[in-house]
Amino acid sequence: MHSSLSLSFSSSTAIPRSGHSSELSCAAPPSPLNLRFCGLRREALGFSSPKRNDSCRVIVSSRGRFKKVSASVSDNGSAPKAFDYDLVIIGAGVGGHGAALHAVEKGLKTAIIEGDVVGGTCVNRGCVPSKALLAVSGRMRELQSEHHLKALGLQVSAAGYDRQGVADHANNLASKIRNNLTNSMKALGVDILTGVGTILGPQKVKYGKVGFSENVITAKNIIIATGSVPFVPKGIEVDGKTVITSDHALKLESVPDWIAIVGSGYIGLEFSDVYTALGSEVTFIEALDQLMPGFDPEIGKLAQRVLINPRKIDYHTGVFASKITPAKDGKPVRIELIDAKTKEPKDALEVDAALIATGRAPFTNGLGLENISVVTQRGFIPVDERMRVIDADGNLVPHLYCIGDANGKMMLAHAASAQGISVVEQVTGKDHVLNHLSIPAACFTHPEISMVGLTEPQAREKAEKEGFEVSVAKTSFKANTKALAENEGEGLAKLIYRPDNGEILGVHIFGLHAADLIHEASNAIALGTRIQDIKFAVHAHPTLSEVLDELFKSAKVHAHVPSPVSEPVTV
Amino acid sequence: MASPLLSRVSISNATAGNTISFSSSVSNGLLWRRSIAFPDKSSRKVSTVQAKIREIFMPALSSTMTEGKIVSWIKSEGDVLSKGESVVVVESDKADMDVETFYDGILAAIVVGDGEVAPVGAPIGLLAETEEEIAEAKAKASKSGSSAPPPPPAPAAASASPAAPAVAPPKSAASAAVPDGPKKIVATPFAKKLAKQHKVDIGSVVGTGPFGRITPADVEAAAGISPSKSTGVNVVSSVAAAPAPAPVAAAAPKAAASPAPPPIPGSTVVPFTTMQAAVSKNMVESLSVPTFRVGYPVLTDKLDALYEKVKPKGVTMTALLAKAAAMALAQHPVVNASCKDGKTFTYNSSINIAVAVAINGGLITPVLQDADKLDLYLLSQKWKELVEKARAKQLQPHEYNSGTFTLSNLGMFGVDRFDAILPPGQGAIMAVGASKPTVVTDKDGFFSVKSKMLVNVTADHRIIYGADLAAFLQTFAKIVENPESLTL
Repeated sequence: MHSSLSLSFSSSTAIPRSGHSSELSCAAPPSPLNLRFCGLRREALGFSSPKRNDSCRVIVSSRGRFKKVSASVSDNGSAPKAFDYDLVIIGAGVGGHGAALHAVEKGLKTAIIEGDVVGGTCVNRGCVPSKALLAVSGRMRELQSEHHLKALGLQVSAAGYDRQGVADHANNLASKIRNNLTNSMKALGVDILTGVGTILGPQKVKYGKVGFSENVITAKNIIIATGSVPFVPKGIEVDGKTVITSDHALKLESVPDWIAIVGSGYIGLEFSDVYTALGSEVTFIEALDQLMPGFDPEIGKLAQRVLINPRKIDYHTGVFASKITPAKDGKPVRIELIDAKTKEPKDALEVDAALIATGRAPFTNGLGLENISVVTQRGFIPVDERMRVIDADGNLVPHLYCIGDANGKMMLAHAASAQGISVVEQVTGKDHVLNHLSIPAACFTHPEISMVGLTEPQAREKAEKEGFEVSVAKTSFKANTKALAENEGEGLAKLIYRPDNGEILGVHIFGLHAADLIHEASNAIALGTRIQDIKFAVHAHPTLSEVLDELFKSAKVHAHVPSPVSEPVTV
Repeated sequence: MASPLLSRVSISNATAGNTISFSSSVSNGLLWRRSIAFPDKSSRKVSTVQAKIREIFMPALSSTMTEGKIVSWIKSEGDVLSKGESVVVVESDKADMDVETFYDGILAAIVVGDGEVAPVGAPIGLLAETEEEIAEAKAKASKSGSSAPPPPPAPAAASASPAAPAVAPPKSAASAAVPDGPKKIVATPFAKKLAKQHKVDIGSVVGTGPFGRITPADVEAAAGISPSKSTGVNVVSSVAAAPAPAPVAAAAPKAAASPAPPPIPGSTVVPFTTMQAAVSKNMVESLSVPTFRVGYPVLTDKLDALYEKVKPKGVTMTALLAKAAAMALAQHPVVNASCKDGKTFTYNSSINIAVAVAINGGLITPVLQDADKLDLYLLSQKWKELVEKARAKQLQPHEYNSGTFTLSNLGMFGVDRFDAILPPGQGAIMAVGASKPTVVTDKDGFFSVKSKMLVNVTADHRIIYGADLAAFLQTFAKIVENPESLTL
């Protein structure tokens, strides 16, 4: 999502909008004002459609208020004047933001409704502040690893930290990113409407703060992007001090001596990295039989060997935390564990704090879904592969879409943004289906874990069903010059592919900067690049990217048919 | 940095997925004295136990591997293993490899734990064939464990292996008060890990942490080791809860803590670099040689004049002194000799002058080989190269350990005289002080002011006697006072 922040003010003020103020004449329709939003390819801006003469007059708004503007700038050019907006997005998180920026690029008149703070979970209570904490934990880890430092010839005396300073860093980062996000939308001319958005009926939304007058607006299309909140299972009493969710943990109001983390997914794993680096001891409580469910098993095994076993972490697997009582009256936090299968009481723990990281629940309260007869499934809003909302009878609700955590397809900020962009493509007349298998995911532990596509068991299952062969190639970071120079040789990259045609099914990386390395693979999947083609791509030496280079080169593809390689360009 | 050296380390057999089998041998049992391990069960007959305990060795995963690190044990003590199963993950220089067993059996004991290092071929675990043998294997492991592979006569209070039901564990010192009643034992994750690592029975540890929980410090106290930060314990600078400053880590588990004076608060402990460790070792070794010292004044006016003349040609004072010493040594071969065994003289065929150099907090002695044969200019050239190499840490071993005589010069700091320690393997070392204007009388009784430098030679009295040294110094003084021969 950070890509969207690269928008600069200078370019955004030049966004053509029929409005008022300055006039600008341009020579030719393919405007020089090609902007890149969200890393999408350049596209002629929608405004150029109405007039295509040599001396078109483009009217530029420098502020971004369009009181009298009709929505007629959209592609079909025949939009009825009746609508206040072409597109209204409910929820200004990363998904809504991504959709809004792309909508502006496509020339849609766009508004975004936010009942809380711009930026949503990711920016305020999720990925962004946690990256600040992890940046601290990574450095602490390095400074504390005498063995590692010695191997580099460094001598450092005891490293310490100031909790408030660390907490401030996380908080400052969140507010900085939030401001960037807000400014980028304002500058582009997206209307930011404050209040809780409620759908009143087809193409009609009301918004407003509780207790204040409500405004009703109409929109040609509506996107729901209300996101999610931390999920707290029954029996767990969250007091925000000793029994906390990620929302509280990111404020880092305390660093307990011993903290139990319920759930060993991304969130739990990242927090275990932070807490152990800051001196806490951690106990994981995982309902499934092994830690880190959801990761490729081999990667999970290696990750456990590096991220769990040598650290001050122990774990209980196959158990539910049936009851968690916060610390009070001089007693510690008490956690009762029951067997995940038999439900029999198994154990009880007494710790200083408990972090509930059992996943996230969609946030759809007050959205007015009943007005359009949509029934949530386990809280999620049902959608088809084009993010179109499905009602209780299984019919598509016209002009209504849902993206991001609220639909539960893939609960990642950048997935929400990609879904939003996909929706905007559709409403501007271009059919688009997002390939979720090309969306990478990363866990920012030290070292990092990243993945795209299928895990090995998933790929084998699919192969079984569809009758193709699956191969696996692996390379180690121990063979990479740059990793060795950094003295960070621990790591593995794994490629799951079809040896018959060279299709990449999945890539999993555990190692230094894995989160940055995955994109070569995710781009290849998104663009349909085959291994036999990508293996000829050149990587700078010595860089970590050679880990993937080696990976592609070590794959054995017996495709005889030369795939369509793009024409070589002489330069 | 993108260079023609597109060196890529290729790994032939890629990654963690590979398995290597270790070889194991049949050891025929009781090399250990049972009376130690089973103090109260001596009635059991030794001869009935024909154990089939196999040792699991650290495998050689590559031709260059000399030692391996246990990444993790996949199996734990007591697990039943079948042939071909992965047992342990070993880190080689290239990758982590799963090591599998050749035999069926029960993993009786882990001798080398997670994260520890063992030389190739050393036993890292013991495999018992039947359950009955587990106790034996454990006893065996407890003797060989945590010390060098050939089991030394173990002290009676060797590690208590608490998990062995057959063995009555000798209670460790701090085991006194076990919390009474059926109260659950609460130990923090790291405390449990430490207890496993040091084979401390967690049930016998008294918890002093909040709510009576057992903290890592409690386990360390029970294991008899001083709290150390060597295991990567986080140092948290929070004002309130900082533990007392940790003293030097007692590396070996269970090492009887030697009564070291308590550290002065606020002191920091910085480990030796490799070079500093080598210096320390050599200096202690030097104490075994009986040395004596002889000093001699040398007038340096002519040498100084010569130095001024040749300086523009790149000649250094070090080269001049080395050359002079080498020429004197040529006439007194015994001072260039060394005593290797306390019984013989070893006369060296070449005169190699080692020159002590302080560098980056360390001390190294680059060697000017054949200093008597090379002319002053070549010698100076050579010296320059050596110093550059030393600075870049690129000296080859023969360039710093082939000296037959050492020169140490502190004159540039104004030191007028000092006493050098004789490096092991050499016969003598010369300590050179500063050259200072001094009032001297000549044989006719005339006073004059001359530059005088004090040199002090430390020598091995087993081979070099006072008269030898005196004669050598006289020759050296003559050469320095008439330095024309140096340029020949």
